[in-house]
Amino acid sequence: MSTFDYAPALESTAIVSIAERYGLFINGKFVAPKSGKYFPTINPATEKVLAKIASANSADVDLAVAAARAAYVKVWSKMPAAERGKYLFRIARIIQERSREFAVLESLDNGKPIRESRDTDIPLAAAHFFYHAGWADKLQYSGNGASPKPLGVVGQIIPWNFPMLMLAWKVAPALATGNTVVLKPAETTSLTALLFAEVCQQAGLPEGVVNIITGAGGTGALLVNHPGIDKVAFTGSTEVGKLIATSIAGSKKSATLELGGKAANIIYDDAAIDEAVEGIVNGIFFNQGHVCCAGSRLLVQENVHEEVLAKLKVRMGHIRLGNPLDKNTDIGAINSAAQLAKIKELSAAGDSEGAERWSAPCELPSQGFWFPPTIFTGVSQTHRIAREEIFGPVLSLLTFRTPQEAVEKANNTPYGLSAGIWTDKGSKILWTASKLRAGVIWANTFNKFDPASPFGGYKESGWGREGGRHGLSAYLKASN
Amino acid sequence: MAGNDSSRIDVQKTYKLFIGGAFPRSESGRTYQLKDSKGNHLANPCLASRKDLRDAVVVARGALAGWSGATAYNRGQILYRMAEILEGRTSQLVTEICALEGVTARAATLQVQESIDLLVWYAGWSDKISALAGSTNPVSGPFYNFSIPEPIGVVAIFAAAKPSLLNFVGAIASVITSGNTAIVIAAEKFPLPAITFAECMATSDLPGGVVNVLTGFSSELVPWVASHMDIDAIDASGLTPKALKEVQIAGVQNLKRIKVHTSVKAEQRILDFMEIKTVWHPIGI
Repeated sequence: MSTFDYAPALESTAIVSIAERYGLFINGKFVAPKSGKYFPTINPATEKVLAKIASANSADVDLAVAAARAAYVKVWSKMPAAERGKYLFRIARIIQERSREFAVLESLDNGKPIRESRDTDIPLAAAHFFYHAGWADKLQYSGNGASPKPLGVVGQIIPWNFPMLMLAWKVAPALATGNTVVLKPAETTSLTALLFAEVCQQAGLPEGVVNIITGAGGTGALLVNHPGIDKVAFTGSTEVGKLIATSIAGSKKSATLELGGKAANIIYDDAAIDEAVEGIVNGIFFNQGHVCCAGSRLLVQENVHEEVLAKLKVRMGHIRLGNPLDKNTDIGAINSAAQLAKIKELSAAGDSEGAERWSAPCELPSQGFWFPPTIFTGVSQTHRIAREEIFGPVLSLLTFRTPQEAVEKANNTPYGLSAGIWTDKGSKILWTASKLRAGVIWANTFNKFDPASPFGGYKESGWGREGGRHGLSAYLKASN
Repeated sequence: MAGNDSSRIDVQKTYKLFIGGAFPRSESGRTYQLKDSKGNHLANPCLASRKDLRDAVVVARGALAGWSGATAYNRGQILYRMAEILEGRTSQLVTEICALEGVTARAATLQVQESIDLLVWYAGWSDKISALAGSTNPVSGPFYNFSIPEPIGVVAIFAAAKPSLLNFVGAIASVITSGNTAIVIAAEKFPLPAITFAECMATSDLPGGVVNVLTGFSSELVPWVASHMDIDAIDASGLTPKALKEVQIAGVQNLKRIKVHTSVKAEQRILDFMEIKTVWHPIGI
């Protein structure tokens, strides 16, 4: 039987207009940075410069925090909650209206497939604003006492893997609960945050309620250590999360930390194997594996591991890697040269520690940063690739014989963000879910997200939850 | 402590640690001199060491699976049983509280009664907190999604000082009612009610190791508690701001959840030592 030739289906970039240079968004306006410094942001699929981004220094951070404080004191904390909520509804609607623009811009700046930015990141970002909008005037029912109060000014630092979605996870609950915000996007993916600033303007959001400052880790540290903020909300690596926790020790600042993970994806022998294989692929190859909750440790019951591996390799062979703007693309570009180097380094450690590497045969583009979907077999618990977060399309396969052993291996990590369970037996799902020390458990599915569903980790995967009723407490002073 | 009949030599109690359901002395062999509120010698309680702490963490971790796996109903009954036993120990605790806190017998009695009632209050929470703090979440898709609170694991408690029994009992009850196990460092100047309450726990069907009590100098134990990688969370209510900061910095190593409470009776105290777990499952045929 003949097959159709592959034909690319490219998403047009005409909908997006990118400025040559971006200032900081402070007090409702784009302003030139006091630092006078800019740095380039590139398209990781082509390595071409997309725009110049302002690098905020301490004077810029001062201005942003002062704007947020003034907005908090004068406007946002005084506004009736229902009116506050209406601004969030407006923002949700404008994101929906401009969703394709956001999706294309996200794929250009981040390297993720347009299928994912279009169908996951941006719709979920809008949904987060819509969901939290409705909470604004119902906080007395949120389990935080009869009259919970906002914390004040929140410093928020977000990662590069889901730039716009993480912005929504941070900004929507903070605003709904009556706080004002200074947000710092990741230095490699600032563009959708800056487009979001335009959304705030279109929504008529009062000046200073949302401030967006761009820059690298140094700017983030200035924000965390600024005496004018009441809370830090951070998503990123466990390493940086620990630095933040250390620097706020002894202060009145509280923190929400969404950090790393090394999730186990457990495949029992009575699972629907074909569905499980799809779940494994989604679990580790979604968003190039740049996912803190990725199912990066595949735990397969020994008696089915050959079948699972054979089917997985066939399936991995059908993954299409390439231009993020091609609607057929499954795996886009690795976000940065630095991240690619880290993935290569850890994979090399897998080789040298004795695991066996297999990568799907696929051609890597000559420009940009790419890594093929890869699986390691013969992995032991002590291998670095079984312990450390790779944050790339690299899967480590381990086996187990009994459910007890599966749970023991799954929990044998300092992380505890997420886990997967695949079996057709309901009681086994619930038994396993109750034993796993992780904040999000996907049973017979993986990598599902929703604003109504609390997300966050046990152990060294962080502090607090985002989303759902539980996520609100991170931004409220409870009243008793 | 003096008895009522001055012609009789009373039998004084040796106050020891409470670890794994037993009452050992400190492995270090050390004690410290405890004086009453008037400066008279009262007892030589144990001066717990780093190794005592480590022993306590081992048994607390070991007791976790059984205690967190017990039914909430069972845990509630055991906390209630602790209240029953405490009721019968009232006069002894009143004597100890009067001596240490320098309060009247009436005030001490009220404190013991309040402690008993607080235990009953927390006993009742064991099988209700999940309904209060859990939820089913209406996600946009064919999935059943629910969130439940789970005990966080091994919790170290630096018990606040006066009212010493009330603070001690409240801290323990709020931590263990959900299924956590605990290592409690009694307030330095008020170890006697703590150890006497440990005797109540030891006779309340509370499994050994669920609560472990250390007496001594919290300043000595702070660095070891803060940096212990098998302690998941700390109730730091009894620490000074300086010690709290020290604990927060050292606790970063394994991102301990470190909480401070001012109210002894609050459901938030229970929730502060629980984690929310969310489970997804597809709906389909």
